[in-house]
Amino acid sequence: MKHLLSISDLSKDEAIEILDTAAELARLSEGAVKKFPTLRGRTVVNLFFEDSTRTRISFEAAAKRLSADVINFAAKGSSVSKGESLKDTALTLQAMGADAVVIRHGASGAAHQLARQGWMKGVVINAGDGTHEHPTQALLDAFTIRRHLKSNQGDLRGVKVGIIGDILHSRVARSNILLLKKLGAEVVLIAPPTLIPVGVSDWQVGVSYSLDDQIKSLDVVMSLRVQKERMNDLYFATEREYARGYGLNSERMRQMKDKAIVMHPGPMNRGLEISAESADSHRSVIVEQVANGVSVRMAVLYLLLGGATFKELANSGESL
Amino acid sequence: MSVILNGGEISRALRRISHEILEKNHGSENLLLLGIPTRGAYLSRRIASAISEIEKTELESGTLDITMYRDDLRLKAPRTLLPTSIPGGSIDGKDVVLIDDVFYSGRTIRAALDALNELGRPKSVQLAVLIDRGHRELPIRADFVGKNIPTAKEESVRVHLSEIDPLDEVIIEGRTQ
Repeated sequence: MKHLLSISDLSKDEAIEILDTAAELARLSEGAVKKFPTLRGRTVVNLFFEDSTRTRISFEAAAKRLSADVINFAAKGSSVSKGESLKDTALTLQAMGADAVVIRHGASGAAHQLARQGWMKGVVINAGDGTHEHPTQALLDAFTIRRHLKSNQGDLRGVKVGIIGDILHSRVARSNILLLKKLGAEVVLIAPPTLIPVGVSDWQVGVSYSLDDQIKSLDVVMSLRVQKERMNDLYFATEREYARGYGLNSERMRQMKDKAIVMHPGPMNRGLEISAESADSHRSVIVEQVANGVSVRMAVLYLLLGGATFKELANSGESL
Repeated sequence: MSVILNGGEISRALRRISHEILEKNHGSENLLLLGIPTRGAYLSRRIASAISEIEKTELESGTLDITMYRDDLRLKAPRTLLPTSIPGGSIDGKDVVLIDDVFYSGRTIRAALDALNELGRPKSVQLAVLIDRGHRELPIRADFVGKNIPTAKEESVRVHLSEIDPLDEVIIEGRTQ
């Protein structure tokens, strides 16, 4: 594993190793240890072409807890707004000695482009590219599910996850489907037909148009944000109608299994895909997802950057 | 390959070390045993149960993973983290005894001292090892040693423990007669 671009690049064992490493780091961070010296002298660049609160801060916190130097780069207020290309930005970062670049970009495939074109030698971590993938979000979601339903060990066999809402525009959903299936969970997508992507039959997941039919059987209720900024067409009649059919509310919460949990990748549209009572209920692990995000990203940074990089190994002649 | 210690010799060495730890620390009251995974953790458990038996108390043993503190991280592919568990949750004010299987360059123990430094401030730190094979690269010494074995650098010393290996023994490999 040199980069983390897509969940499909990970084997099941590698995914579980990331989760196990994150579990150990989370345990240590809850105790006395707040900072590890492991990445001292490594530089991590957060390259964000799209807005983000939790992902950027989470990566920054993770890198700093491992003692890496962090450079934050937001497209707004940089030379990108003067028309600089991704290539020239990458060459600049390479010249500054970035060991890892965490990239969020509005175009699907931007992280692949950065990793595969040879513009820079560092590690590339995809922090969300267009409507394609957001692998670290899927890893932190799997981590959270495993912590609650599988006592923090092994894979996710026997867990049924419902992913509800705007599947069409959601990179979170795409990464989650790949990872959850890799880990043995059962996945059902629940959304109005207009928000289910074409070709979903190839994904080997269940599809349902009714949340009320499914809610009793789910162990995990994962609500997705309705991505208004990506909706150029009319996908549902009114927000009220959407909330009535697919919004999570206290009435539906009552029908959930005893141990079932409620998740949301954030940011939430309270009152649209999730009601305020549901978001703040004791079943909701939404705030914990954010905390777990730091541990999971520490694990990813450690596993990609903590050892010898590929270049250093190639120079020393040692095999991986 | 030759066997340096067999099962009986290992358990007698551990028993002696347990007595020495108790003697030096005037009992087990303030002791905190921390084994360095993988095999140091099993040795630590055995010493803890020997001490518990001798002193008629319940002494727990913990583990201390030093992976994140190694100075050779950059030289190899990333390693999987191993568990750290501190009985009682804190090392502050304790007489910590670090336990490892083979004592060689001293770099593992240096990393362990760094890890302890992050966890708190123990009253003292001591070191117990089953095998001391020499070739120190740092000014670090052991307080309790099961057996000193002069070795050549090309040789490798392996400790096998019945918890994860077929049987208890210490072997040396690559020795030229």
